[in-house]
Amino acid sequence: MSESTTMATDPNADADLAPGHYHLRLYVAGQTIKSLTAMANLKKVCEEHLAGRYEIEVIDLLKNPQLAAGDQILAVPTLVRRLPEPLKRIIGDLSNTEKVLVGLDIRAKDSP
Amino acid sequence: MLPESSPRELAKALTGISGFDDVTYGGLPAGRPSLVCGAAGCGKTLFAATFLVNGATLFDEPGVFMSFEERAEDLIANVASLGYDLDRLVAEKKLAIDHVRVERSEIEESGEYDLEGLFIRLAYAVESIGAKRVVLDTIETLFAGLTDAAVLRAELRRLFGWLKERGLTAVITGERGEGQLTRQGLEEYVSDCVILLDNRVEDQITTRRLRVVKYRGSAHGTNEYPFLIDEEGISVLPVTSADLDYGASTEVISTGIPGLDAMLGPGGFYRGSSVLISGVAGTGKTTIATHLLDAACRRGERCMAFVFEESGSQICRNALSVGLDLKPHLDAGLLRFEAARPSLYGLEMHLARMNRDVERFKPSIVVIDPVSALRGPANELQATLLRMVDMLKGRGITAVFTSLRTDGSFDQVGDLGLSSLMDVWVKLQDIDANGERTRTLYVIKARGMSHSNQVREFQMSAKGVKLVDAYVGPAGVLTGTARLVQEAEEQAATLRRRQDSERRKREVVRRRQSIERQIAELRASLDVAEEEEQVLIGEDETRESLLADERAALAGRRGAAE
Repeated sequence: MSESTTMATDPNADADLAPGHYHLRLYVAGQTIKSLTAMANLKKVCEEHLAGRYEIEVIDLLKNPQLAAGDQILAVPTLVRRLPEPLKRIIGDLSNTEKVLVGLDIRAKDSP
Repeated sequence: MLPESSPRELAKALTGISGFDDVTYGGLPAGRPSLVCGAAGCGKTLFAATFLVNGATLFDEPGVFMSFEERAEDLIANVASLGYDLDRLVAEKKLAIDHVRVERSEIEESGEYDLEGLFIRLAYAVESIGAKRVVLDTIETLFAGLTDAAVLRAELRRLFGWLKERGLTAVITGERGEGQLTRQGLEEYVSDCVILLDNRVEDQITTRRLRVVKYRGSAHGTNEYPFLIDEEGISVLPVTSADLDYGASTEVISTGIPGLDAMLGPGGFYRGSSVLISGVAGTGKTTIATHLLDAACRRGERCMAFVFEESGSQICRNALSVGLDLKPHLDAGLLRFEAARPSLYGLEMHLARMNRDVERFKPSIVVIDPVSALRGPANELQATLLRMVDMLKGRGITAVFTSLRTDGSFDQVGDLGLSSLMDVWVKLQDIDANGERTRTLYVIKARGMSHSNQVREFQMSAKGVKLVDAYVGPAGVLTGTARLVQEAEEQAATLRRRQDSERRKREVVRRRQSIERQIAELRASLDVAEEEEQVLIGEDETRESLLADERAALAGRRGAAE
């Protein structure tokens, strides 16, 4: 069972998933410190940089182990950027914000 | 081949790889991870796949193949060449394949992580089919995809512990590294059983070899064993047996050539003996071997011929010219030809291939034609041949080796030390004289039986091989036309001698008769002489008595006058 937490605040972006709309999936394994940290870090980054155009889906692999193979999950926590394409993966508790921004291509877009 | 099991005996999981289970006395350690390492292209993945497929099909142990390199489709296609149908096994829930893709360019690292995702995937796959076996191929790829080696090492250690805890028999493959068995030193973590695969090229011939580097808690063969990968899967050849403990049969089998049977005391070879037929090119080695095959097939025995210089169909065609039709035997499945160029494999590989084919076909007669085609360093060659002979003898198979000897002489050079291994040695020799070449044959040795010491001439015709007594006389061994001429001369001489002796006999009779006649004449004259003698004696006596009478009368007269 996937715990889908929709954080989208912009109804237009939510409707057509326009470029610039971020569909993110965070894979965790139970409520470990690492997963909680990752979740908190992700929310912080998204609120700061992607306010209103992101969507986070948190998948607990302990509950849905069959989903691990589909997205080639190896390490946890893993953040998968499903949209915009191409698919990106960031592993770790996302404590290095700089790397997260680069990994999600936010840095390149937002900063001049 | 399992050793006597003691209560503390290590549980083992059979791999179903022929030969390997013998070398390890029962397979890989059950419920533990084993490391299979080797350089690229030495067959690690195929070994691992075979372990799983055999587990699923032969031992009812489903397995999970976790591939870090090949995609599932590629893996399925690759092992299809060994005749494995992974798709079917997956559909039957006997096999699960999970391809773990690790692409560094797609992964960004930010902060701490662990490999719980991998564990979850593996656990899920294992639980979905109730797997007992696991393959991780090649887990070291992770080191290329992830930067934090410390985390990886800790996680691998945890993974192997996890596998053990769950009692999964696992094969972990690893690429051979510099100075160590694997690049990342996986042998540190997997310490129960380490198998090293090797693919060596010598004289442009590749030989695959396998060695059990370590096997904690179990005895194992320590040699390097050649192994074979072909369309029939993997087979390891444990050629260790050097014991001479095979039984000796007293059953005699015919050679298919009446003349040759007659040269051997019991009327043929003993079953299970090794026969060497040697001779230079064109002396008829293959033809004689073909007769043996034909005779055996006619008796309903299974025969196998390893031929190195001709194809099976060529031999069949050639056999027709001496009146042997092998095709019905081939069709009946009694006869099988295995043709390969000697340079196709190394010696070990030839031996491994033979071993496997013999194991599967279970022939009672094996022909190797010619054994001299096998090339290699002398000592290795001799060891290989020795093991070949042992391998066949140990199974009670009658082995016929043909050997080409370019010199045709009797010395030890070039006979590969074979002659002393052989129970029977039939030598073929061409005799070149008077502008023609004749084939001759003789039995040099035949262990355990009396045999003819004579050289026989043999003739090949559309009716087969026929042995003819060669002419052996003061003029040497004569064959062919010279023999015919000699035979004619002998006949003439015999006639002459007979006439001679009759003449002499008649003369003797004549002489005897003349002597007898002389004796009769002499006897007659003797009689005459005797008669004369009697007459003379009579006359003398008469004269004496007359004289006495006269003297008495005279005395009487004188007395009256006085």
